[in-house]
Parts: sequence; C-alpha cells; structure tokens
Amino acid sequence: MKKSFRGLMLLAGVLVLLPLVLPNAYYYDVAIRVALNACVAIGLNLLIGYTGQISLGHAGFLGIGAYGSAILTGRFDWPPIAALLAAALATGALALLVARPILKLKGHYLAMATLGLGIILSIVIVNETAWTGGPDGMPVGGFGLSGWQIAGERAWYGVAAVLLMLVTVLALNLIDSPAGRALQAIHGSEVASRVSGVDTTAFKVRVFVLSAVLASVTGSLSAHYVGFLTPGVAGFFHSIELVTMVVVGGMASVFGSILGTAILTMLPQLLSAFEGWETLAFGVILMLTMIFLPRGLVPSLRLKLGRGKK
Amino acid sequence: MLTVDKLCKTFGGVKAVQGVSFTIEAGTIYAVIGPNGAGKTTLFNLISGVYTATEGEVRLHDEVITNKRPEELARRGMSRTFQNLQVCMNMSAVENVMVGAHLRLNSGLIAGMLRLPGVGRADKTCHDEAAALMAFVGVGQYVTAHASQMPYGALKRLEIARALAARPKLLLLDEPAAGLNHTETGEIGVLIRKVAAGGVTVVLVEHDMKLVMNLSDRILVLNHGSKLAEGTAAEVRANPAVISAYLGASV
Amino acid sequence: MLSQFLQFLLSGVTVGATYALAAIGFTLIYNASGVINFAQGEFMALGGMAAVFLANAGVPLPLAIVLAVTVATAVGMLVEKLAIEPAGRAEVVTLIIITIGASLTIRGFMQVFLGKGSHALPPFSGEAPIAILGATLLPQSLWVIGVTGAVVLMLSWFFGRTLTGKAMLATSYNKLAAQLVGINTRFILLLSFGLAAALGAVGGILIAPVTYTSYDVGVMLGLKGFVAATLGGLGSGAGAVAGGLVLGVAEAMTAGYISSAYKDATPFVLILLILFFLPQGLFGKKATDRV
Repeated sequence: MKKSFRGLMLLAGVLVLLPLVLPNAYYYDVAIRVALNACVAIGLNLLIGYTGQISLGHAGFLGIGAYGSAILTGRFDWPPIAALLAAALATGALALLVARPILKLKGHYLAMATLGLGIILSIVIVNETAWTGGPDGMPVGGFGLSGWQIAGERAWYGVAAVLLMLVTVLALNLIDSPAGRALQAIHGSEVASRVSGVDTTAFKVRVFVLSAVLASVTGSLSAHYVGFLTPGVAGFFHSIELVTMVVVGGMASVFGSILGTAILTMLPQLLSAFEGWETLAFGVILMLTMIFLPRGLVPSLRLKLGRGKK
Repeated sequence: MLTVDKLCKTFGGVKAVQGVSFTIEAGTIYAVIGPNGAGKTTLFNLISGVYTATEGEVRLHDEVITNKRPEELARRGMSRTFQNLQVCMNMSAVENVMVGAHLRLNSGLIAGMLRLPGVGRADKTCHDEAAALMAFVGVGQYVTAHASQMPYGALKRLEIARALAARPKLLLLDEPAAGLNHTETGEIGVLIRKVAAGGVTVVLVEHDMKLVMNLSDRILVLNHGSKLAEGTAAEVRANPAVISAYLGASV
Repeated sequence: MLSQFLQFLLSGVTVGATYALAAIGFTLIYNASGVINFAQGEFMALGGMAAVFLANAGVPLPLAIVLAVTVATAVGMLVEKLAIEPAGRAEVVTLIIITIGASLTIRGFMQVFLGKGSHALPPFSGEAPIAILGATLLPQSLWVIGVTGAVVLMLSWFFGRTLTGKAMLATSYNKLAAQLVGINTRFILLLSFGLAAALGAVGGILIAPVTYTSYDVGVMLGLKGFVAATLGGLGSGAGAVAGGLVLGVAEAMTAGYISSAYKDATPFVLILLILFFLPQGLFGKKATDRV
C-alpha cells in the first residue's frame, strides 16, 4: 500500500488545492465532470484492467442511474437519495441477471454481448419518450435532503471530490486484498486461479455488478448536477469514451484511470477550438496513444521512470 | 485415497482416455508415464475437473468427485501444476504463490474494499508464508521479483510453490521436469521427495525415466488412452509389453 | 397477408444482403489477424459518399463507383499499414480501441471534407417498382441482392481456386504455419483489409440509392455487420452471409409486425440471445482450451 499511499496523498492534495486556482465556474464544471467520470472509469478499470474482461456497453448502466433518478424524482416526486438508491438497485439487479451468461463468453464475443446490452438500453431510453423525453431529453431537479440542496459549483465540487477519494480508497484497498489478487489472477490465468480455488465466475460477476452499480450512482449524481439529460449519456459513443479513459490512462492502474479521465474529459474542451475537427482529432489521438503507449500513460511512464532510476 | 474407475474421455472421434482404472494410496508417489499422445495430461485434466468425463468415475476418499469443478476440488485438498506453464505473468512472483492460499483467506470483495480488521494481518502472514514456500522450492532469490522477469525453470518451481500454498493433500504435477536440464531435473526430484515427506500424496506425469524410476512408489503406464501396465518401478521396467511399446532400449 | 409478409421478407433480404457484405468484411479481417475491425462500417460510408461526390462532380456513375471502391480499398490498406501493423501483438482490448480510433478518424475526415448532409445516389436502373405476388420490389433491391450474390460466388471461387485465396485461408487457420511454408502473411493481412474495405464500399454504394448515405451511416451499419458476423460464427464466411440475411429479415419482421421504433434493437437482442444459447454462433466451432 506504500506506493499507492503517496499517490493517494497527491490526489488529496490536488483535490484540496484545486479550488484555490480555479478561476471561474467553467473550470469548476470541468473539474466536477472529471471527478465524476473518474469514478466510473475506476470501476470499469477493475473490470477491464484488473480482471481482464471487456465492457463496451457501460454507458447503459450509467443511463439507468441517470434516467432512473430523473424519472423517479421528476415524475414521481421521490426524494433524490431514494431515487439514486432505487436506480442503483435496479442496475445491480440487471447486471446480476445478465452477468453469468455474458461473462461465460470471451474476447470478441464478450465485447459484442456488452455492446448489445448497452445499445438496447440506449434505444429503450430514446424510444420511451413518455418517460424519458426521447431524443429531446428531460430536465432533472436538484439533489438534496428535505429542503437542503446541493447548490453552486463549490458544493458540487466538494461532493464530487469526496466521492472520488472514497472510490479511489476502496479500489486501492480492493486491489491489495486477497479478492484483488484473485481478480488479477483471473486475468493472468483463469485455469490456474480455478485450481487454486478461485470461483472465477462468481468473481467476474461480482466485479461486473460492482462496476455497473458504481456507474449507475455516478450517472444519478451527474444527472442532478447537469440538470438536463439527453439519451447520448447512455449511448455507444459514451461507452467507448469510458473504455478509452481506462485504456489510455492505464489498465490495471487506479491513478491511470483518473489521469485518463482528466485528459479525455478536457480534450473536447481543448478541441472545441477546432470546430468540426473533434471527431477526427479524437480518432487520431486514440490511435497514436494505443499504438505507441499500449499499456496506457501511467504504466508506460512508470516503466520509463523506473528505468531511469536504475 | 484416489480411485479412478473406468474413466473415459472422447473428443469428437478421438478416444483420448479409454476405460482407465487405478487406485493411489495416500502418502505415496505415483507416476503416470506413456508415449506422447497416450492421454496422460487428459487424465490429469479429467481428475482435476478441467475436462468433463464422457464415462467413468473418480473417487477421492470414497466421495465421487467426477466432473466436479476445479474450484470445488481445490476445496477438497487437490492441487496441481500445468504442463504448459500457467503462471500469472501480470503479477509478482510472491503474489502468484499467494493466489494458491486463496481458500484460506477472507476473499470477499466488500471485505477487501473496506479493509476489514484481520484482512491486512492475514495478508501479511500469507505473504511471509509465500516467501517461505518460494525458498522451500528453491526460488527464494526471486521473492521481490515480478513473474515476467523469472526464467523458465524458476517459473516451473513457482507453480509448485503456488500449488503447495493451498496446503494440499493430493498434488498433481504435470511434467514438472519438462524443459529442464540434467541438474535442474535432479533438483526437482529432491524437491518432490521433500514434498512427499511432508505427507502429501504426489501424482506426476513425466517423461524423464530416471526421475520416474527413482522417485515413484508405483507407476501407471498408458498407451493410446488405455492402461498398458501398473506396478512398482521394478515390475514396470521388466514388463515386456511396456518395454516394446515405450521404453525401448533406454534406461 | 401473404403480400405483406412477402414485402417484409423482400426488404429484409435486401438490407440483409448489405449486412452480409459488411459481415464478410469483418470475417476476412478477423480470420487474417484476429482483429475485429470497428472501422468496417466506415468503409461502407466512404464508398457511398465518395461515389455520390464523384457522380455530382460529373463523373459518369459506373466510373464513379469504380473509383469510390478503389479509394475505399486504398484507405483500408492504409489503416492496416498505419494502425494495425505498428501495434504488433497487442491485447484484444487495445486492438479494438485502435480500430475504433481508425473509424473515428475516417468519419472525422468525411465530416470535415464532405459535410454532414445526407445524400443519395441515383438508382442504377430506374425507380419503377416491380410487383411480385402483391408485394412491390424496387429494382435497386435486385441490384443489391444480385451483386451480393455475385460477390459471394466470386469469393468462393477466389478462396477455393486461386493460390492467393488459399494462402489467405491458410493464414486464417494457422499464421505461423502459413509463414513457415513461405506465405507472406504481412501481404495477406494488407490484402484482407483492402478486400474488406472494397466489399464494404460496394455494400455502401448498393444501398445508397435506397437508404441514403452520410458521414455517419457507417456506425450502425458497421455494428450490425459485426452482429451478423458474430451470429454466423466469427470466422465463418458462409456464416457471415447467413447471419447477414437472418439479421436483415429479422429486422424487417420486427419493424413490420412488432414496432418500427425498436427495429434497431433487433440485431442486438438477437445477438444476446444467440450468445447466451449458442456461444459459437450459428456456424462456429466449439472452442476447448488446451492446458
């Protein structure tokens, strides 16, 4: 835990000091989005980087959380926390239901199945206009407890930062534990883990459900923060963005996920100067990163710095 | 301790294992030999639950364990190594060995995330035990190394350390000496004796005749998926069918 | 009743033929390299768009088509040279991301240089619908089905009778063995990408008079082509064709009898069901791991 302790302190430091340097609400917005996305990315990394599975449909789970919260609070006047929990529960149940048959698949078939699941969810969201507002989207109320609401950039920043710290600590703990070792062993050699007593199916299912629920919770909070939802939040592109954050930042690296998220969330903002060229630029950056830094930024940097030290 | 009764495995048209039966006494070293393609590794995979049997039965201490999954067999004290190394190259050497102790630790996801009391302490103990096991099998110098940095011979021993970390009562070694030179093979033999001396029943598949003859209490000879002969080293060596089918003029 | 069913069937087979072409493209590349080419759909869009712009620029339609297919083929080979080859032996996830990057790049190019509008090609032989047993068939549909059929026949001749085709098959069975007998697997890989791109482009051009083409038409087409290839069993050419046709018909039936809004969900529901019950697809082989 020692090397990750340093990273944790660094993260805490950055999160605490950032408000001192952020000049205006726009930058706060970026920071909040990065923090929330990073939570999803860390969960997804546990599935992809550590356990060695793939999910090309995770935005679907995010969508369930986002739209679940929006619909329950907007149309049924549920308290936001109850809505968030209900949506998370629903996501968990769905993930549990599909996990066993899906995770029996490997490689491209697994990718295809998760892709299909994500797209079905997003199509449902687009089509059920009466509930979701369809392609035009729907507004979402604020988040709070009986009267008190989270209002303003700073408050939301606090919430997002605390959530990120929490998720980071939990993830780091997990990786350092026997469960975390079992997950990595599944990636390394499934048959070797099985003969060592690891119930590989159960573990894969659990980490799948865990990452799905985390995506849902983050989706709910994001919906309340942004105040407006469109179906794109559950779409194929968003799923790909999430996977890219994990892969570019570094698979099997919690801090890599955070860095990858930061870069990929800020990139569209930087590229908005190149009107219309965002897709092209995104594609090129993706290819270059994957070809030259296939392990992702953080592990590749670690390797280079490690060599420098020796 | 372990009884195999008319075990069969067919892959499409190939009868890999046909009606093989034998019994292994606890605390002995039992070897399975035979030419390439005789069905030795298939037999291992059947016993350890990696393959499902087409017919027949496997009993461990009178409990029928045919077609039980590998995880369940691990819980019953069975452990194994693999002919084609199955080491987790994405983990460090000592972590690989610690995976072997999985069943003895609290491996819940929630417990891990929350770092419940005891999980950390148990992990430290597990780490120390793993390091000790690495020294026991002769790769103590790689305790701080990553699996990807270790040479082939060391990795073979690492697998044995991982299998031992489970504190098994029955250990299956699939070609432990494959790819090793003369000296290394001798060292593996010494290691296997040490393990058996600790009360573990060892079953090994091997090609190296000298190793097999020196170590084994009993030997099973397979040919084309069926039992050709069974007995002590001396009996098998003298068996004319075995000599003509396999040993030839060697040894 | 029957005429309605026939109508759906015919439109299903038409669109299914396009999916089949995309699926064959996926299969070709998968067989040669184990990579799922997420840019396959973009080759279809590229073919259609290039043909439209060349035709609008005054190039006679047949020539425009040939040039468009050539452009797509070149782009396909470029993708292989610049994106796949440098990646070496990367993990599945990494390769998937690389081809996604390639697809974004190609789509981005089209977005910037060819604009966001939808375009149509003129139908190849007129618009007069043909009546069959109460259902109407557009002449363009005959082109789609006919050309696809011809392509499939040409490919089976190519793989069965020519040395290059057999070399491709050999590479897909065992790359190392193919290399050892002197097959230039690098060239085979390049060829596969080129061929897959050409097939995609042909599909995109064939369907452009019917369903229009635009810079982002490749997204759904590509995904559905992937589903079709998986349906038939990744790696099986016959499976790809079967998968494409099954998918097209299933989609049309869903749109006709159940709900046209959920038409797009059909491929994905279908693939989930297939993968749950027949993980190797309709024609794939069951895989056992050797330990």
